[in-house]
Amino acid sequence: MAKSNITSIDWLTVLIYVLLVGFGWVNIISSSMGNSIDSFFDMSEPYGKQALWIGLGFVLIVLIFATETRFYERFSGVIFVISMVSLAGLHVFGKTISGATSWYVFGPISLQPSEFAKVATALALAMYVSDLQTNLKRAKDQLKAFLILLIPAFLVLTQPDAGSAIIYAALIFPLYREGVNSIYILLGFSTIIVFVLTLVIGSTYIVLLAIALAIGIYIYNKKKKKIIRKLLLGVVLISALSFSVDFVFHNIFKQHHRDRFNIVLGKEVDAKGIGYNTNQSEIAIGNGGWLGKGWTKGTQTKGNFVPEQHTDYIFSTVGEEWGFMGSFFVIVLFSVLFLRIIYLAERQKRQFNRVYGYSVASIIFMHFFVNIGMVTGVLPTVGIPLPFFSYGGSGLWGFTMLLFVFIKLDADRMKA
Amino acid sequence: MRRILLVILIVLVGVGFTARLFYLQVINDSYANLSKNNAVKVKYEIPQRGYIFDRNGKLLVANQPSYDVSVIIKDLKPFDTTEFCSLLKISKERLIKQFKKARNYSVRLPYVVVPQLTKSEYAYLQEKMYKYEGFYIQKRSLRDYNTKSAANVLGYISEVNDATLRRNPKFKSGDLIGLQGVEQQYDSILRGVKGVKYFQKDRFNREIGSYKEAKFDTLAVKGEDLKLTIDVNLQEYGELLMQNKRGGIVALEPSSGEILALVTAPSYDPDLLVGRKRSPNFTKMHYDSLAKPLFDRGLLAQYPPGSPFKTINALIALQENVITKEDKFYCYHGYSYGRGRKMGCHSHSSPVRLKDGIAFSCNAYFAQIYRKTIEKGRTPQLGITTWRNHLKSFGLGDYLGYDLPIGGPGKIPTANYYDRIYPNKSWKGVTTLSNAIGQGEVITTPIQLANMTAAIANRGFFYTPHIVKEINNKVVTDPQFTVRKNTTIDPVHFEPVVDGMEQVFTKGTAYFLKVPGINICGKTGTSENFTRIDGKRIQLTDHSIFIAFAPKENPKIALAVFVENGYWGARYAGRISSLMIEKYLKGTVTVKPIEDWVLSHSLQDEYDKPYSGKPFKINQ
Repeated sequence: MAKSNITSIDWLTVLIYVLLVGFGWVNIISSSMGNSIDSFFDMSEPYGKQALWIGLGFVLIVLIFATETRFYERFSGVIFVISMVSLAGLHVFGKTISGATSWYVFGPISLQPSEFAKVATALALAMYVSDLQTNLKRAKDQLKAFLILLIPAFLVLTQPDAGSAIIYAALIFPLYREGVNSIYILLGFSTIIVFVLTLVIGSTYIVLLAIALAIGIYIYNKKKKKIIRKLLLGVVLISALSFSVDFVFHNIFKQHHRDRFNIVLGKEVDAKGIGYNTNQSEIAIGNGGWLGKGWTKGTQTKGNFVPEQHTDYIFSTVGEEWGFMGSFFVIVLFSVLFLRIIYLAERQKRQFNRVYGYSVASIIFMHFFVNIGMVTGVLPTVGIPLPFFSYGGSGLWGFTMLLFVFIKLDADRMKA
Repeated sequence: MRRILLVILIVLVGVGFTARLFYLQVINDSYANLSKNNAVKVKYEIPQRGYIFDRNGKLLVANQPSYDVSVIIKDLKPFDTTEFCSLLKISKERLIKQFKKARNYSVRLPYVVVPQLTKSEYAYLQEKMYKYEGFYIQKRSLRDYNTKSAANVLGYISEVNDATLRRNPKFKSGDLIGLQGVEQQYDSILRGVKGVKYFQKDRFNREIGSYKEAKFDTLAVKGEDLKLTIDVNLQEYGELLMQNKRGGIVALEPSSGEILALVTAPSYDPDLLVGRKRSPNFTKMHYDSLAKPLFDRGLLAQYPPGSPFKTINALIALQENVITKEDKFYCYHGYSYGRGRKMGCHSHSSPVRLKDGIAFSCNAYFAQIYRKTIEKGRTPQLGITTWRNHLKSFGLGDYLGYDLPIGGPGKIPTANYYDRIYPNKSWKGVTTLSNAIGQGEVITTPIQLANMTAAIANRGFFYTPHIVKEINNKVVTDPQFTVRKNTTIDPVHFEPVVDGMEQVFTKGTAYFLKVPGINICGKTGTSENFTRIDGKRIQLTDHSIFIAFAPKENPKIALAVFVENGYWGARYAGRISSLMIEKYLKGTVTVKPIEDWVLSHSLQDEYDKPYSGKPFKINQ
């Protein structure tokens, strides 16, 4: 039992956490209340339940602080295994809610293990990377590191919950920070660019473009013999990637996946029904103007025009009722939180703490990026929650654990 | 690079999102508009207007369906205007004009282009409606009348005009509002409450279901029914008697102030002002400046009351203690008062007491008692003021306060009034002597006279006349109509006056108008009147006036009848009074000769005379 020194806790991070959770709750009230409200703690309504989750979240925080710091490092392997088993177990014991088998249901309580798997994965990754035996320059160790991300990503994908699976891609950032070859990051971004371009202009043009580019480079380069192989390889790779994107998009993706991309790319502006969420969300946000309609005064929010508004689309409530100023405030809070975590991570002496900190920042940032991108209509619809904001006990606790384990590690960084 | 890649991405994403939000919320206001237009569609369900019944529960006014065609300019698509106009029976110019008005009103809200199609007109249109995008049909209910009478009492309904629309946002284009009569006075009760249905719309402006599971929807609430105090049989009979005549009949129930009949002549079939035919018919009647069918003579016409006013002067003299009922006054075919001036009278025995004075309508008698009344005061000013206060307690000289939207105050002159007319206040009691016989400066409306008669019938009090008996089967309890108003005359003074009014029928000016089995008390009246033709003041045949109540004890009906240019009081107004009283009290009329006379006599020639351009004689 090692008590942390109160003064060594990073209170700025805690303050941002409290602000985000509190403001989130305020918006959950607005987007889930009907015409009137009897009690803010009505347990039959989302806002009442969320109040309970928040309260229990503070209990969780106390427990995290009461735990010996080294516990997280030592038991990260065990935690990871338990977490992965709990994900795999969903296929046997899980309950299917709106198409995804993501839940364990114990009487009135439902738990979503994928929310906790992020913590386990971050701990396991930190553990593996900080191991003295591990050298990320080695292909074998890189493969092992990627395996730690891919196992939960695969398990989540089979639920199916593609949104949560995408999140694990964020863990490329801590790996990159710790020395993994930059080719992965480069490859990742190229893939995204080729993917988008393929959807916009088609594979044939991509291939022609790649060939033209290669010929251009070949002509203006003096060491023609040296680069010709590289250029050929590049053209082949890009062509293969583009055609596989085309194949995946048209044969593996379902129609609703295709629609989501097409809407964001402006190909199908007025597709019936499918663009509804995004469109209503944009209308709601646009309705806010500079200062917003005021709390519980948003007509779009009141009218339940935005589906899932208290969960994944909670930010549209912020946009409508608090306007540009309120939305900007939330963006700033999140950005400051990420930068603060990175700052804290960088000052850690122990590599475990740093990798974990980076993982925390990356995971929350990825959620933030995908969620706000979706709600503001710049990214395809991917159903993942906005950390600390969205309604849901598992999500809130998952993010709380993720963040506060790091705050605990940071508070005790001098003890090692 | 490895340390700052994530930081750069975080900053870029933060800035990117901020820019996106700034675009959505501040720069691009099309989303804000979208929310107002596309989010919720409001549809109104127009409630049925309340029914109107007569005092005996007979349905007078019900509803019939009608259909408005309205347009939302922004939804309009090109269409075959020729076909559309022929379906709706309107001209193309009219359609263009309506579109212009609609555009001025709002491009987003429905504006009624063609109001109030009948069921059959709508049937043709309905089949072709799919061709006309941007046009909508709104069902409403129009009035359906079960009577051809009482148009002046009932009033009518009409679309709210543009001025009201702008002033009062609770009205929408095409809404109907009561104008005139009880439709206007009780509009808020008859109207009911509009139902509202909210529909959620998608991006294609289609309804995709009710808004918030219809949580905010309300059902239309039918307007409340009214039961009038009018006896429609009596009303119809009164209008029948008044055909080919101009004037009014006001009949009250003295014990309650309920208006039993409110007849104005000429009148019109209320059905003329229903639906699309309302406008041309209204215009036609509005510009009939001679017969004035839209002018409610019972409430608005202000005439000198003539001799019926003598009854009240007698009461005042008794109350002021300037005479007793036994005092006799001489009549030398009139009454001379200083420097050769004389108020004439007709032949009858002389001297007369109060009762005979009333029975024979002796001008000399009333001139003298009026003079005594006014001269009782130290100054004529004080005398007039006292006299006027008594009159005011009968509801004369001011609006009565009944529940109909129009009326006239009449006039009872004040001391001030004479001071202004006569410089240096050089007037005396005799100067105002015409007031003694209801001529001169005194002016009343028929309903005021009827109310005065009711007060006499009640021996000293009245209830403010009113037209509505029950609202939604609940008796009206407004203290304005249920609290008894006492006059300033002691009950004891009424008996001789009432006896005199009885003698009008037994041996006086209306002896030939007796109704078997009914003890009627009444008073004849003749009112001199003038008109202006081409700027010249011309005297016309006298107005025929009559007030009466019956029976003498526990009166059930009190009335005032006014027939323009009907000559002397008993001639038209008296006959009509007797017929009305018998009709009301017995349900049938036995005095057939009187009825035949009234029905067969027309005053149309009399009304045409002054405008014939030829010289004419009056009072013949």
